[in-house]
Order: sequence, then C-alpha cells, then structure tokens
Amino acid sequence: MTQKSTLSSERPLSPHLGIYRWQLTMTMSILHRMTGAALAVGTALLVGWLWAAAYNASCFAGIHVFLISPLGKLMLMGWSFAFYFHLCNGVRHLGWDIGKGFEIPDAYRSGWAVVAVSLVLTLLTWAKLWGLL
Amino acid sequence: MNRSELRTPLAKVRGLGSAKDGTEHFIWQRITAIVLIPLTLWFVWSLLDLAVHSDQIKIALWLSSGFNATALIVMLIALFYHAKLGLQVIIEDYIHAPLYKYSCLLLNIVLMYGFAAISVLAVLKLHFRVGL
Repeated sequence: MTQKSTLSSERPLSPHLGIYRWQLTMTMSILHRMTGAALAVGTALLVGWLWAAAYNASCFAGIHVFLISPLGKLMLMGWSFAFYFHLCNGVRHLGWDIGKGFEIPDAYRSGWAVVAVSLVLTLLTWAKLWGLL
Repeated sequence: MNRSELRTPLAKVRGLGSAKDGTEHFIWQRITAIVLIPLTLWFVWSLLDLAVHSDQIKIALWLSSGFNATALIVMLIALFYHAKLGLQVIIEDYIHAPLYKYSCLLLNIVLMYGFAAISVLAVLKLHFRVGL
C-alpha cells in the first residue's frame, strides 16, 4: 500500500485547468456544451408556445406578453446566439468527424470564424425582428 | 481467503463496461445534427415572420401547409432526440452518484420524449385545425 502511494506521488501530474493559459479552442469546447444545454432548456419554451397555440388561448397571450417583455427579449437574444453558435460550431465538429481541419492553425481559424458568423447571424436576426432589414 | 480474490478479473468487470451502443449514440448524434442544420434555420427564419405579430390563427395558417407541418414534425423529432443524446452525455460526464445519475438519465428520457410527443401533437392539431 505505502509503496503504491509513493509511486503514484512521484508521477507527473496532469496540469489542472486552473493553470492553463487561456485558449480559444478550450472556450469553444465548453461553450458548445453550455449552449447545447441552454438550448435544451429553451425547448421547454418552444413546447409551451406550440402547446398554447394549439390548446390554450389565454396561456398563449401570456407567453407572448412575457416574450416581448425586456426579460423575455433578453432570454430570446441569448437563446438566438446560443442557437447560431451551437449550429456553426456543430458544423465545425462535423468537419472534424470527417477528418478535416485538425491542424492547430485551422482549429483557430475555424474557431474565430464560428464566433464571427454566429455573432453576425444573431445581429441580422434581431435587425430583421426590429424591422431594420 | 477473501471471497473477492476468488473472482476472475473478467467476473469483476462484467456489467461495469460499455453497453456496446456507443457507436449508435455517436452516429445518431451526427445524423440528427445534419438533419437539424437546414430544418432549424428554416424554422427560425419562419419564426421571424410568425413571431412579430404572433397570433394563433397565423400559426395555424402557416401549419395548414402540409410541407410546413411535416418539416416541423421532422424537426421536432430530430431536435428532441439530439437533445436527449447530448444531455445524456453531460449527465454521464458530471454526475457520478449512481442513484442521482440514473434518476437524471431517466428524467432526461421522460422529459425529452414527452416534449417531442406534446409538441408533435400540438402541430397536428394546428395543422388539422381541430376545434379552432
């Protein structure tokens, strides 16, 4: 037992997340998960909206009032960005699945492209909603 | 002699390893992802027109089209299956206490399949305009 614990204490430790230099790629990785989870939570709203449209007029009106309130709009903005980010980064993942874009410069280039495209699509969506387009 | 020492290494790991359906999970996550790319973009862009002056008759009119209703139902099924697969991995990665983990995995299945059933039923009702 003692021999085993001595051995394991002499082994090099994998660096903990806390001392890693920040990298775009690791942020994209965890954001993909977080946006996926946020979108899954947001599906409750989609289900409620469709159900109310089909079955409950007053509930539908209530959901609409909430969605156009400042808090509702803020949630929709976050949700729309999460949607575009998860979609664009998902395409990046599909590229990796077929073996494309694994080189480190490529991973950074596609990473920044995902950030840019998802921000632009979010802005275009809200410009369209506010009648600017 | 301890009873556990009499067990073969194989006996010790039986039932602890892969359920041998990991590849199926991976493949369906990709299939639903690919299907969802055009369908969710189409749905979100349709919503931009629908949601601004959102009313039930407008949604029912939009869903009276067989194409729209069918595409939305396919999107909902792919969406909730994709969400179920993704949330399952998150639960498996972060929750380790067996009772808590299996409760969450079960809840995930019940919620996502339940959401799919409710939303598909709502689309069908709006499409056929039962009682509207």
